[in-house]
Amino acid sequence: MMRYALRRILGVFPTLFIIITLSFFVIRLAPGGPFDEEQALPPEIKANLEAAYGLDRPLTEQYLRYLSGLVRGDFGPSFKFKDFSVTELIAQGLPISLLLGLSAVALALLVGIPLGTLAALRQNSPTDYGIMGVAVLGIALPSFVTGPLFALVFGLYLRWLPVAGWETGQLRYLVLPVVTLALPVIAYIARLTRGSLLEVLRTNFVRTARAKGLPERQVILKHALRPALLPVVSYLGPATAFVITGSLVVETVFGLPGSGRYLVQGAINRDYTLVMGMIVVYGSLTLTLNLVADLIYGWLDPRVRYD
Amino acid sequence: MTELAPGAAPSQALTTPPGAATPQVAPGPAAATVASRGFWADAWRRLKRNKAAMMAATVIVLVTLVAFVGPALSPHAFDAIDWENMAVPPGGPNDHWLGTDRLGRDLYVRTLHGVQISLQIGLLATLVSLCIGVTWGATAGYLGGRIDELMMRFVDVLYALPYIFIVIILSTLFERGNIYVLFVAIGAVGWLTMARIVRGQTLSIKRKEFIEAALASGVSTPSILARHIVPNVIGPVIIYATLTIPQMILFESFLSFLGLGVQEPQASLGSLINEGAQEMESAVWMLLVPASFLVTLLTCFNFLGDGLRDALDPRDR
Repeated sequence: MMRYALRRILGVFPTLFIIITLSFFVIRLAPGGPFDEEQALPPEIKANLEAAYGLDRPLTEQYLRYLSGLVRGDFGPSFKFKDFSVTELIAQGLPISLLLGLSAVALALLVGIPLGTLAALRQNSPTDYGIMGVAVLGIALPSFVTGPLFALVFGLYLRWLPVAGWETGQLRYLVLPVVTLALPVIAYIARLTRGSLLEVLRTNFVRTARAKGLPERQVILKHALRPALLPVVSYLGPATAFVITGSLVVETVFGLPGSGRYLVQGAINRDYTLVMGMIVVYGSLTLTLNLVADLIYGWLDPRVRYD
Repeated sequence: MTELAPGAAPSQALTTPPGAATPQVAPGPAAATVASRGFWADAWRRLKRNKAAMMAATVIVLVTLVAFVGPALSPHAFDAIDWENMAVPPGGPNDHWLGTDRLGRDLYVRTLHGVQISLQIGLLATLVSLCIGVTWGATAGYLGGRIDELMMRFVDVLYALPYIFIVIILSTLFERGNIYVLFVAIGAVGWLTMARIVRGQTLSIKRKEFIEAALASGVSTPSILARHIVPNVIGPVIIYATLTIPQMILFESFLSFLGLGVQEPQASLGSLINEGAQEMESAVWMLLVPASFLVTLLTCFNFLGDGLRDALDPRDR
């Protein structure tokens, strides 16, 4: 197990390195630069600006410089948000994005697993069809549709919650964004749980547990549910990746000052360093969370072989 | 894939060394290997019995017809401004059947215009990803060994980054508004899951007797791939392609919603939803009209994909 874990952890670095290298050069292939404004700058000024940011150097030299900065935790200056470094920008928004994402995953687990279990135990009943029908909708509806609809119903018509915005420490502002973000994950977890629980319920050890007279409640909670949740655990990696990318939209819809919006703004403005910074931070985040999910899976399921 | 749709394959599959075993993403070998005329007739019968899937297919055909014929029925062009009727709700005393937007442009024509773009892009990107994914997966699976390992390692690395990041990076590469080129590019990186599925299927059939027979009679590797491997993995490929279309539609709306896709005065469901969300306090129809079209399309494609899976992969019955 230790050797397996170590190898997996070390395996993250080459992947990250390839991602950084690929995105660095692909982004530079793009036509236009950060200083192409609607009103063209005089060539001398543009040249000076580019020299100041080191953009006049050969691409390989810029790349090596960027890498050596990264090692020291320096993501470079932002081209559009002058006076801010990319590190500062991301550090400001990341806590809100993380809070949003982690709450959404937690909510999805708390709601999705019971719903899926219920549907499996009442297989082919109206309850089952109802839950699974809603789940298909939940998966099909993108958050940029559900988000505005929730804001409309619960914010504008019912006035239960704020439509959008953010005040530090006010959790009311997080409710709608978290629900919006969690909805497809809830639906997917419910479907996964139902499917694998149905499979487990047909196995011999569940029949044995029933045969020796255990109460149904104990059969489900103690014996069936634990192996049935393995697919859910392995879905947690992709789920966090989904939640991370989903936060791009949800932060835009609900006007949250998270860091997700920087990726889009950076792409629109050709703000190379900002886009790169986002890719490095969110890329490592995804890789780490996938790794954690894998390790938990290996720990829960002794059948996973470590070679 | 599917960083947008949460139905991504479990991440474990990425980490098992390629060539070790058939990856779990493969939806069961049974679907492809027993393929025969009887199989297809059987699948069609099962599909016809699935009411949800048949209804979804009907709705998709209807929406497609309306999207391509409907705009001609309205007297308005998608970018024409009607100065007399700005932001009027649907059903008013004018010929704007679904109302107009803030600039007085006809919402019925603009929405159908958006549906056209969505459908075209969904198909285009899916076709591109289908071609690359099937070729890549079948080649890697059939050749095996070092080449397989290299090819699938490449897939793993691309997989590690959320797909939408690749999409956003690509969107900076092309002139804004050149949406078709953008989606050829997006399709060109959207083949990862397809490649995995096809590779898994190929591994499971490449030791079968009919391949050996072909080898023994001296058929070349490319034609074994094209004539014997690919036709036999077509079942899962169809299922997955049906599920890729809504995903690509979703990516397009997503990019347009964020302002990275279709540009004014062109309309896409995503950009219309974005405009509508900003106006929803005073003009809720601007949000509801494009949103309901998008939701209908996505739901129908998902139901159809699920139905096809049940019909072509009867493992779970």
